[in-house]
Amino acid sequence: MDFNDTPEEAAFRAEAVAWLEANAERRQPGDTDNPLNEATTPEMVAEAKAWQKKKADAGWACITWPKEYGGRGATPMQNVIWNEEQAKFRTPRDIYGIGIGMCGPTILAHGTPEQRKRWIPKLISGEEVWCQLFSEPSAGSDLAGLRSTAVRQGDDWIVNGQKIWTTGAQFCDWGVLVVRTDPTVAKHAGLTYFVVDMHAPGVEIRPITQINQGRGFNEVFFTDVRIPDDQRISEVGNGWAVSITTLMNERQSIGAGGGLGALEDLIDYAAALEIDGRPAIEDGHVRERIADFVVKARGLKNTSLRTLTALSQGRMPGPEASMGKLVGAVLQQEASSFAMELAGAAGGLLDAGQLPEATLWAERYLSIPGLRIAGGTDEVLRNIIAERVLGLPPDARADKGIAFKDIPTGPPSKK
Amino acid sequence: MNFDFSEEQKLLQQTARDFLAEQSPLSTCREVLEGDAPYAAALWKGAAEMGWQGAVIPESFGGAGFGHLELAMIAEEVGRALAPIPFGPSVYLATEALLRFGSPAQQKSWLPRLADGSAIGCFAFAERPGQNAFESVEAKVSGGKLSGTKLPVGDGDVASLAIVAAQDGGRVGLHLVDLSTSGVTRTPLESFDPSRSQAKLVFEGAACEPLAGTDAAAIAKLLDVAAVLQAFEQVGAATRALEITREFVLGRYAFGKPIAAFQSIKHRLADLWCEIELARSNAYYAAWALSNDSPELAAAAPLARIAASEAFEHVTVEMIQMHGGVGYTWEYDCHLFYRRAKLLSASLGTPRYWKNLLVDRLRASRAA
Repeated sequence: MDFNDTPEEAAFRAEAVAWLEANAERRQPGDTDNPLNEATTPEMVAEAKAWQKKKADAGWACITWPKEYGGRGATPMQNVIWNEEQAKFRTPRDIYGIGIGMCGPTILAHGTPEQRKRWIPKLISGEEVWCQLFSEPSAGSDLAGLRSTAVRQGDDWIVNGQKIWTTGAQFCDWGVLVVRTDPTVAKHAGLTYFVVDMHAPGVEIRPITQINQGRGFNEVFFTDVRIPDDQRISEVGNGWAVSITTLMNERQSIGAGGGLGALEDLIDYAAALEIDGRPAIEDGHVRERIADFVVKARGLKNTSLRTLTALSQGRMPGPEASMGKLVGAVLQQEASSFAMELAGAAGGLLDAGQLPEATLWAERYLSIPGLRIAGGTDEVLRNIIAERVLGLPPDARADKGIAFKDIPTGPPSKK
Repeated sequence: MNFDFSEEQKLLQQTARDFLAEQSPLSTCREVLEGDAPYAAALWKGAAEMGWQGAVIPESFGGAGFGHLELAMIAEEVGRALAPIPFGPSVYLATEALLRFGSPAQQKSWLPRLADGSAIGCFAFAERPGQNAFESVEAKVSGGKLSGTKLPVGDGDVASLAIVAAQDGGRVGLHLVDLSTSGVTRTPLESFDPSRSQAKLVFEGAACEPLAGTDAAAIAKLLDVAAVLQAFEQVGAATRALEITREFVLGRYAFGKPIAAFQSIKHRLADLWCEIELARSNAYYAAWALSNDSPELAAAAPLARIAASEAFEHVTVEMIQMHGGVGYTWEYDCHLFYRRAKLLSASLGTPRYWKNLLVDRLRASRAA
């Protein structure tokens, strides 16, 4: 066991740090971004684009992607090192998480050489921003039950339907889209994967206001939107397999989310607040809860060290990567609820003027429910661990082997 | 970055697993649980021949001269097999105490015998029910003679030597007692896990020798070391319990399908798997801190200990539940795990004790 870089890793790290030092400002201690905040204004988008361009020009964008498209051909471990170091610098809020984390890897894996040449370089340079159009109002965890359609018309496809929970759609240029092209076959078999121009006629984007008043997600409506056939990824009817590539990349990138270190701040927070006339940190129940949180948070951190080791040894993390988000999201929700409780009646405030830390925890408590749902709900992740790690049987399905058009559905939801 | 055991260490682990699969199937644990023998003597001897008791004892004293990473691998396998031998008290506590604090003469006298298994060590701290504080130890040393009662003492009925916490001139320290000397009375106690024996030790003017430098901090460090090693034992046992439960739910049919296909089972097993993996990761980190003598051990040891104690207990509770009625029978092995989990959790400071310690230490390191 050895936490040090190999000589090659150390050399790479030094090169990365040198470039970052020359091109960005190092963060001061305690200066962290809330990873749940998203870019929402045109100014923020412009800043993000400028930073991405700067990195791309110097060869520090999408570093694991092939050199021929503008990547660096770096290893996954080098990517981890780059991300670790970049996080120590002040950089604009990211708008490429979906494009670089999910869309790009999918096109690299399933796209034709022409498609890769067409889209990947501008994804790397940040000129074009991407979103993912998967979930629908009636197809969330049961994604393959989606109902948006594409019908072939000459060299084009005509798309109708609605997508939802599309992060960043309002400033995106392209989206990856999975739709139904054949309702007469079983549901997984009737799907096809496309790239859609988000500026095309018939695409309408409406932001969704979240419970924390954030507006990062959108509904996207398609009315007779025309997609040329050369924007189809993989075969007609192979959309499910392509989607899985996207989703596996999604879980890995969401699972990599940080912010857990903040749980140990509860110790100082509880030392500063009173319970029954003495510091809350001296209360047995408070101590026990904090210890429980830290045990899990450190367990996740130490698990990520094992994952890094696998990467460093050239192995890819498998479905066990689902654990990070499953455990981490619930942990953050419980810890923020507990922190609010520590503030007593003031835990019912969302008023930064009274107690700034209490507001941070309260805001986190409002944000976390989204994390437990996005990118695979807790329930879906448990299924993945149960089926792919533990090898337990899949659920019995009422829709198995039935043509999509014959699958029973519930009444439309009212609200 | 290499947060993993080496190929040699993994090979050692595999060798240990193969040996125990052969020499210590669960029926061996059951034989001790049901029989009169306090531990599996043949297995103890075999383990000594493999060099396990002397894993971290220097070769000059007849040990294998390995480090703590190797011992952690062995501990995981001992746990996995629910091996009914006095391994923890003798190896993680008595041997460690002698290695750290023993005089050259004490080491020369005891380490070779501990290494070859001809001597068994035990650790006598608790004196009565309740969470005994370090300051409230009542056993006393006066003029080189020890008096007092220790209860419970893991393997106190079979040990040849005891490391005993006692007051001497108003300060608590550790003392070495050869249990064959006069003034020692041992009484076996009914153990919650009869595959691991426990006893009451009464000292009435028994000859003892101090272990030099064993103040509160030194004893706390010793407990940290033992906690890390025992965490590996707990993680090993928890993993086995999960595997057995998985096999059972795959084979048990109800309502026309394996019960493993019900989400009420799948999701709970997924959660248990996560909990065990988190415990394993915490144990790995603590093993790293231990083998590098890092100050990180102060937090890493409680983290490993808490996670492992709770994961092992949780998986055994669910093990019985998921087995249904047969899980509640004497004949099935679920209760072997259920008992061992509770015993290991109780025997080196309960989770409450370690949680308190963790918060104190994290506070101290944040203030520094």
